[in-house]
Amino acid sequence: MFESLDAILLARIQFAFTVSFHFIFPAFSIGLASYLAVLEGLWLKTGKAVYLDLFRYWLKIFAIAFAMGVVSGIVMSYQFGTNWSVFSDVAGPVIGPLMAYEVLTAFFLEAGFLGVMLFGMEKVGRKLHFFATLMVAAGTFVSAFWILSVNSWMQTPTGFELGANGQFLPGPSWIEIIFNPSFPYRLVHTVTAAYLTTAFVVGAVGAWHLLKDKANAHARKMFSMAMWMAAIVAPIQIFVGDMHGLNTMEHQPAKVMAMEGHYESHPDGAPFYLFGIPNDEEQRLDYAVGIPKLSSLILKHDLDAPIEGLDTVADDEQPPVFMVFWAFRIMVAIGVAMMGLGMWSLFARMKGRLYDWSLLHRAALVMGPSGFVAVIAGWITTEVGRQPYVIYGLLRTADAASPLDAPAVAASLLAFVVVYFAVFSVGTWYLLRLMAAVPKPHGAGGKQGENTPIRTAGITPGPTQNPGEGDTLPQSVLVKKEEVQ
Amino acid sequence: MSIDLTVIWALIIAFGIFAYVVMDGFDLGIGILFPRFQPGEGRNRAMNSIAPFWDGNETWLVLGGGGLFAAFPLAYAIILPATYPLVIAMLLGLVFRGVAFEYRWRDEKHRPFWDMAFMGGSLVAAMSQGMILGALLQGITVVDRAYAGSWFDWLTPYTLLTGLGTVAGYALLGATWLVWRLDGDVQQKARGLARKAALATAALMSAVSLYNLELRPEYAARWFTAPEVYWLAPVPMATAIVALLLWRSLARGESAPFWYALGLFLLGMVGLGVTIWPNVVPPSITIWDAAAPMRSQVFMLIGVALTLPLIVGYTAWAYWVFRGKVGGEGYH
Repeated sequence: MFESLDAILLARIQFAFTVSFHFIFPAFSIGLASYLAVLEGLWLKTGKAVYLDLFRYWLKIFAIAFAMGVVSGIVMSYQFGTNWSVFSDVAGPVIGPLMAYEVLTAFFLEAGFLGVMLFGMEKVGRKLHFFATLMVAAGTFVSAFWILSVNSWMQTPTGFELGANGQFLPGPSWIEIIFNPSFPYRLVHTVTAAYLTTAFVVGAVGAWHLLKDKANAHARKMFSMAMWMAAIVAPIQIFVGDMHGLNTMEHQPAKVMAMEGHYESHPDGAPFYLFGIPNDEEQRLDYAVGIPKLSSLILKHDLDAPIEGLDTVADDEQPPVFMVFWAFRIMVAIGVAMMGLGMWSLFARMKGRLYDWSLLHRAALVMGPSGFVAVIAGWITTEVGRQPYVIYGLLRTADAASPLDAPAVAASLLAFVVVYFAVFSVGTWYLLRLMAAVPKPHGAGGKQGENTPIRTAGITPGPTQNPGEGDTLPQSVLVKKEEVQ
Repeated sequence: MSIDLTVIWALIIAFGIFAYVVMDGFDLGIGILFPRFQPGEGRNRAMNSIAPFWDGNETWLVLGGGGLFAAFPLAYAIILPATYPLVIAMLLGLVFRGVAFEYRWRDEKHRPFWDMAFMGGSLVAAMSQGMILGALLQGITVVDRAYAGSWFDWLTPYTLLTGLGTVAGYALLGATWLVWRLDGDVQQKARGLARKAALATAALMSAVSLYNLELRPEYAARWFTAPEVYWLAPVPMATAIVALLLWRSLARGESAPFWYALGLFLLGMVGLGVTIWPNVVPPSITIWDAAAPMRSQVFMLIGVALTLPLIVGYTAWAYWVFRGKVGGEGYH
């Protein structure tokens, strides 16, 4: 018994580890694919070279991030079966088809057009290349649509019937399954988060180069675009997040109680805790610091509205509060900081100081990775908050795992940790190096020979695949040049 | 009605697996053969010949896994725990293989390392896939809808044989792809490698086929019982003929060796399908035992009918965009 519990804990850690690592890349590539589509579209519309330069600059970065997302994503598609076989067996008839649709409508779309997007600029013409970029961007969004539908169904299952063999079977309407109650909120919140995450990365890269050279036109352009996103989208995201929270309160009240740290019910107005150490044993929030009645105002829009606490939920139905409570606070704090930076940039723009206020640039630089932290914190909030269930209220996580021995799962977990840290750290380092390269007009100061060491498969695999890329020497001549060197 | 749909879904999954095996097969095969090419021109051109396609090719693996999950959830829930270490090894191999495409261009100092990672990842993934196939064919112990064997059941002489057979077969696909898409010295090099791989593939395919007859009595019965034998006998005969044609084409053929190698894989798949039919998890789970309910099958069939022609269409378009010899004088 003890050993089987251990194996489940290890399987949970493995899933959390691999999915957290994985989600970092789509969070970036969903936004970046759209950004690239916007850049290419602006280039086609205005003919301004700066957009094409920025497109090429971010395309290299996209290629690496996308590759990391693909390889870590395939792991996810198999992990349901390897480690959660009971879940796969019983939920397969309902969520399997949604995941099949993700493959059919999103993964193939992205992958099919990615080759043309990365390599085909001079082979297919501008319009068709733009179409390929749009298809890749659409694919990333459609992928989010289906996988978030699956996740949302697990949080708020609807539209199913229970079969005699214990399986969840689809009911008469797939619409009820796909558009389950939490799905629209989760979809908008997550995709908006991806856009914000990307905007803050782009903003930080722009800021970094502005700190070195205020006059760099490319850095100015990307910083300005990113700050527009921050100023407009961050407030929208806070509003969307609030709606999502209200939806959660309706369908998964225990999760909201954990997010709020409300062990006790508050019959006449609940406080919003800024700080506290959740203590599940004693069912109380230690060292609590809170603002009276604010939680009632946020959740019910009424200072004196009664709010129920975890004392209304049986102990074995409660999520672990500590992680949910703190992950939620980290996410919210970052969201507020993002909005703050956006407002600051508006102010700087009004004063005409957007490009020479180095404190603003420093702040944007520091905020560069904040989107990643926020999305992971958000996922921890929602995934830990729905425990102890994997299908909310119906299938417990502890009952969903594969019949594997603890040593097998421990070995695979160790392998994942070692490989992921090694491979993705190196990849991140390559990304940072690309981001540190000064964005400049195409062809300026970069001869082919100089580019050779970092010549990407995606950008200049050889003039035959990309004749527009500076030199148009045939491959054989280039090879001879390399040999001479 | 429901029976028909289950058979249709078995064919769709089989198609997805076949598409994966041949398309990622040549990518992985190039990875396996990678160290045999000179650093510099040879390796770069070999890599460039698949760089625009590998991601799309690998997506068929997700369709194979996702499709199995959706159409035969019970099979998915049994096979993956039963072959757990192999699946994990395959996934980690694919991690190294996949990132190497981008990483090797990022820093010349690291390139030898990522070239090795490309080779190692491809080899581990290919071997694991072959061994998973072997573990499935030799039979999986199932009790109460769950895997009930030990976690080393997958390691037998038979699975090692199927693993090596898959490695050789992928190497053959990879080498013939390079014969088609490269020219000059690198093409000659690929021809030589293709010959060796063809011999190894023929030998291992024969060995696995013979072993199958010993493996389970019902497999031998399937191939040697009276009415079936008449329409099954052409399969091994056709395989032998295709193998001979392949061998002859290797001297001068450009794309022909690749198509023959593909034919060899197709016949191999047909042979395997015949052997395990109608089971999806030998010896006891049939496709009907494992099938998803009709509503799931119908819903997905609509999706497949709408999207698969499009997928095949734009995939073919992408291949067409990057057609012809990669690098070198003969390119237009």
